[in-house]
Amino acid sequence: MSVELQPEAEISAVAKPDSLDKADAVSVASNWKLVWWRFRKHRLAMVSGVVLILIATIAAFPGFFSTQAPHESDSKGSFMPPQGIHFWDDGPAFFVNATKGARNPRTLRMEWVLDEGETIPLRLFGRGYEWKALGLFPTRLHLVAVANPDTDKPIHLLGTDRLGRDQWSRLVHGTQVSLSIGLLAVFLSTVIGIALGGISGYFGGLADMVIQRVVELLQSIPPIPIWLALSAALPRSWSVTTTYLAITGILALITWTSLAREVRGRFLALREEDFVVAAKLSGCSQMRIVFRHMVPTMNSHIIAAVTLAIPVMIINETFLSFLGLGLRPPAISWGVLLQEAQNLQSVALAPWLLLPGLAVIITVLALNILGDGLRDAADPYH
Amino acid sequence: MLVYIVKRLLLLPLLLLVFSVIAFILIQAPPGDFVTSYVAELAASGSSMDRLQIDALRELYGLDRPGYVQYFKWLTRMLQGDLGVSLDFQKPISELIGQRLLLTVILGLSTFLFTFAVAIPIGTISATRQYSFFDYFFTVFNYVGVATPTFMTALILMWLAFSKLGITITGLFSPEFADEPWSFARTVDLGKHIWLPIVILGMDGTARLARILRANLLDELNKPYMEMARAKGMPEWRLIMKYPVRLAINPLVSSLGWYLPLIFSGSLIVATVLNLPTIGPLLLRSLIGQDMFLAGAIVLSYFGLAVIGTLLSDILLAWLDPRIRMEEA
Amino acid sequence: MNPDHILSVRDLKTRFLMDEGTAKAVDGVSFDVSPGQVVGIVGESGCGKSVTIKSILGIVQKPGEVVGGEILFRQRGNGAAAAEMVDLAKLDGRGKEMRAIRGSDIALIPQEPMAALSPVHTIGNQLVEAVRLHQDVSKRRAEELAIERMTEVGVPNPAERMSMYSWELSGGLRQRVMIAMALSCSPRLLIADEPTTAIDVTTQAQVLRLLRGLQQNHGMAIIFITHDLGVIAQVADYVVVMYLGRVMETGPVDDIFHNPQHPYTRALLESIPSVHALSREPLPTIEGSIPHPFNRPAGCPFAPRCVAAMPGKCDRRTPKPTQLNGGQSVSCFLHNDAAEED
Repeated sequence: MSVELQPEAEISAVAKPDSLDKADAVSVASNWKLVWWRFRKHRLAMVSGVVLILIATIAAFPGFFSTQAPHESDSKGSFMPPQGIHFWDDGPAFFVNATKGARNPRTLRMEWVLDEGETIPLRLFGRGYEWKALGLFPTRLHLVAVANPDTDKPIHLLGTDRLGRDQWSRLVHGTQVSLSIGLLAVFLSTVIGIALGGISGYFGGLADMVIQRVVELLQSIPPIPIWLALSAALPRSWSVTTTYLAITGILALITWTSLAREVRGRFLALREEDFVVAAKLSGCSQMRIVFRHMVPTMNSHIIAAVTLAIPVMIINETFLSFLGLGLRPPAISWGVLLQEAQNLQSVALAPWLLLPGLAVIITVLALNILGDGLRDAADPYH
Repeated sequence: MLVYIVKRLLLLPLLLLVFSVIAFILIQAPPGDFVTSYVAELAASGSSMDRLQIDALRELYGLDRPGYVQYFKWLTRMLQGDLGVSLDFQKPISELIGQRLLLTVILGLSTFLFTFAVAIPIGTISATRQYSFFDYFFTVFNYVGVATPTFMTALILMWLAFSKLGITITGLFSPEFADEPWSFARTVDLGKHIWLPIVILGMDGTARLARILRANLLDELNKPYMEMARAKGMPEWRLIMKYPVRLAINPLVSSLGWYLPLIFSGSLIVATVLNLPTIGPLLLRSLIGQDMFLAGAIVLSYFGLAVIGTLLSDILLAWLDPRIRMEEA
Repeated sequence: MNPDHILSVRDLKTRFLMDEGTAKAVDGVSFDVSPGQVVGIVGESGCGKSVTIKSILGIVQKPGEVVGGEILFRQRGNGAAAAEMVDLAKLDGRGKEMRAIRGSDIALIPQEPMAALSPVHTIGNQLVEAVRLHQDVSKRRAEELAIERMTEVGVPNPAERMSMYSWELSGGLRQRVMIAMALSCSPRLLIADEPTTAIDVTTQAQVLRLLRGLQQNHGMAIIFITHDLGVIAQVADYVVVMYLGRVMETGPVDDIFHNPQHPYTRALLESIPSVHALSREPLPTIEGSIPHPFNRPAGCPFAPRCVAAMPGKCDRRTPKPTQLNGGQSVSCFLHNDAAEED
C-alpha cells in the first residue's frame, strides 16, 4: 500500500458524505494533508497551538514584553504586590494603580499596598529601558510602558520578589530559557533516538540486540536520582551558558530511550510493508529506502512523540532548578524563579511568587493537548 | 509460574551489579576525593587528623589505587553491610537511612495503591460513559493533573493550608512522635499525616493511568467478546467488569514496571518541599554537601527499589495474564 | 402472528445516527422462522444481515437503534400453557426480561470464536458462566453440564479443555466450544453469524454437519447468516436474500436456487463458479459496487447495478414484497408494478 492511498474508513472519517468532490480530494491527498485535515477538527489542539505560538513569541523577544530589566533589583521595593492593568474606568482606559509603602511598626519591614487613589497611565508600544532584539539590535520599544517616561514610579505587573526585582520581566525572560532548554534537550534526544532506533529497527541482528539491552537498562534506572547526582557534580564555577548546555545534555541523556523505542517499533512494522519490499525489489539503495520511503511515513508520528516529550523536559528542568541543582542564579528559568517560593513564609507574604508555576502548567498543558491532537491526527486507529 | 519468577530473580543480582557501577561512577563524578574533603571539613570545625590516620583512610578506600580497585573495595564493604560513614552527619550511613528507607517504601506503596484504587474507577466510568459530563470533567482533571509538577501541587496546598487555615502541613509525624520508637500511637499519627503526600504524589500517576485505562477500555469495548457476553444474557455492568476492564488492566499493569520506581524517586521532590523524613531530602542534602558515600548509598537504595518495583510488576502481570505466563515459562 | 412461527420479524428498521449522517442499516426487513426450520440470510457484507440479528438479540450498540417494526418471539411457555408472545423490539436491550431470553431461549454462535472468547479466562470459566446465568445450579453441576455439552459437540477430552485458554485450541475446536456454549441452555432459536468464515474448508463441512445434526436432535430453529451461497445450499430450508438493508427475495431453498425471481438473486447465483461452466469463460460479476450507507440510492436500492432496471421507475419508487405462488416473495417492479412503499 502506498502512503497516498488511504483505506475507505479513513475517507469517511474526514469527508462529509454529501460532497463527493471532497471524497475525491481525499483519495488523492497527501499524507500530510490528511493529517492536517484531521488535526483541524481537534479544536482544543488548535487553541493550544495558538497559545504556544504566543508563548514562543514571548520567548523569542523577552525584552519587548518586559517592563524592567530582569536583574534590576531594588532593596526597598521587596515583595511589592502585582499591579493589575485596568482597561475600564467609566470608559476605556489603560493604567495601573500606584503602590504605597509603609513600615510595619512591629516587624519593621516595608509593606506595600495598592494605592487606589493614584493611577499610572500606560501606553502600548511605549519606550522603556534599552534591550537588544535577538541579542543584536538595541531598541527601547516595549509592548507596555509607562505613558510618561519621566515618571519615577515603577510598574510591577506581577509584583516583585525578595530583592525587589520585577517578577513579570523575570518570568518573560525565564520563558526563553525554560522553553529553549526543553526544545534543545528534546532535539538532542530525538537525534540520538532516531539514529539508534533506526539502526536498531532497520538492521536488526547484533546492533539491535546491543542497542535494545542498553535501552532496557537505561529505562529500568530511575532517572531522577541520576539527574540530581549528575547536576550536583557540575562545577559551581561554570558559566551560565556552560551549565545550561550541561543540564540540557543531562536531561537528554536518559530520555532518548523512549523515542528510540518508538522509532524502532515503527521501523520494524514498516520493514514488512509491501512498499518497502517493492522498493527493495526495484533495487533502491538502503539509504534511499530508509530516507525516501520509510522516514517520510514516520514523520507525523515522530512529530507527535516529540511534542509530547517537550513538556516532560520542561517539567524536569523546572524541578532540577527548583531544587537548586539545575540552572543557578543569575540564570533565570521558571525553576529558578520558583526557588523563591520554596520558603513558606515568603509565599504567605507574597503569593504571587507562585505565578511562574502557572506559566509551567499552561505551557505543559498546551503542549500535551497539541501533542495528543497531533498523535490522533497522525494515527486515527491508535 | 514458578519458573518465571525464578528466572526474574536470577536476573536481579546482575542488574544490581550494573547499577552499583553506575552509582559508583556518580559518586566519583564530583572533583576532589572523599578524604581531602573530610580533612577540610575537620579543619573547618577546628579539629585535625594526623598524617597516619589520613593514610589509613586512604588505604581503606583505596584512594591511591585505580578506579576499579576503589569500586571493588566499596562494593565489598557494601556487601558486608558497611555502608560507610556520613561526613556531614558524622554517623554511620546505615543508621541514617534505615528508618527513612522504611518510610520511603511505605509512602511509595501507599501512593501506588491509592493511584490504582482511584484510577481504575475513573478510567472505567470515563470509557463506558464516553463524552458524558463525567468523562469531560475527568479529561480536564487528567490533563491538569499531568501538567502540574508535583512540587507545584505541594507548594500550592501548603500555601493554602498555611494562609487560609493557619496550619503547617509538613512532615509525616507530629513533633511529639518524630523521634519516638514505633508504637501504635505513632502509626496512627503517621496515618494522619501521610494521606496528603500520597494524594499529591499520586495525582500525576492517577491522571496518567486513568487516561491509559480509558483508551485501552475504549478499544476493548468494541471487541467481539463483548457482543458474545451480551448475547449470553450477562448484565452490562457485570460483563464490563469481568471482561474488558480485566483485559484493559493488563497493559496498565505492564506500565507498573516504570510507575512504581517512578513513585519512589518522584517522592524525592515532594518530600523535599513537604520536608518528609524519607531518603529524598537526605539525598539532596548529601549531594549539595558533597557527602558522596551517603549520596551513593541513597542512589543505590533508589536503584534497589526500582528493581524490586519492576520485579513486582512482572510477577503481577504474569499472575494476571495467562498468555505471558505460558510464553515465558 | 401465524401460530406455526417461533419468530416473526415485521418491517424491522435499525438506524445508526452518526455525525456524518444517518445510516439505514436495516430498512424494513420482514421474515418468519418456524420451529425446527433453518433460515439462511444471505447477502454481501454491509447488507445489514448482522445488524438484523443484533436487533433480534437486542444488542445493537449506540449510535445504532431499532427505530421501528416488530420482532415477535414465542417464549417458552410455563408448563402446558400456551406459549407466550413477546415483541423483542419493545424490550429494553439491557433489561432483565431481554437478558432472560438472550442466551437461554435465543443463543448466538459468533463469527470469530477466537475474538469472542476472552483470552484471559479459561474455557471452563466461560462455559460455566453461560450455564449459571440462566440455570440455578451449583458450580459443580454447571461444570458437569458444560462437559456434557462439549462431548455432544464432539470436543475430545472435554474435562481437560475446561482449564485451557482459547488460544490453546485449534480454530475448529474453538467453534465447537462456542456451539457448546450456545447450546448450554437448550435454546429454541439458534443464531449462527457466519460461523464458518474463520475456519478452513474441511472443518467448515464438519461444523455444518454438526449444526444440522444438533438441529434435528434438539428440534430447534436456526437463523444462519452467511455471504456464501454454497453454505446456504447445504444447510438452509428457507432463504432470505438481503441487499443494502432490505429484503430482495425470500423463499424455500430449492425455489431460490432453481427458480430465482429477483434480478439480484439471479446475479448472485450467476457469479458462483460452476464446474459445468466452459473453461476460460469469464465469471459474471455484478457491475458497480455497493453504495456507501450514507449515500443510499433513491428507489430500489439495487437499481443502479441492476441489468433489468427500468429508468424513471426503479430509481424513483421503492418496491414492496409481493407474494408469488409457491411460497416465494419478491420486492421488484418486474413482478408487481403496483407494490410500492409509501
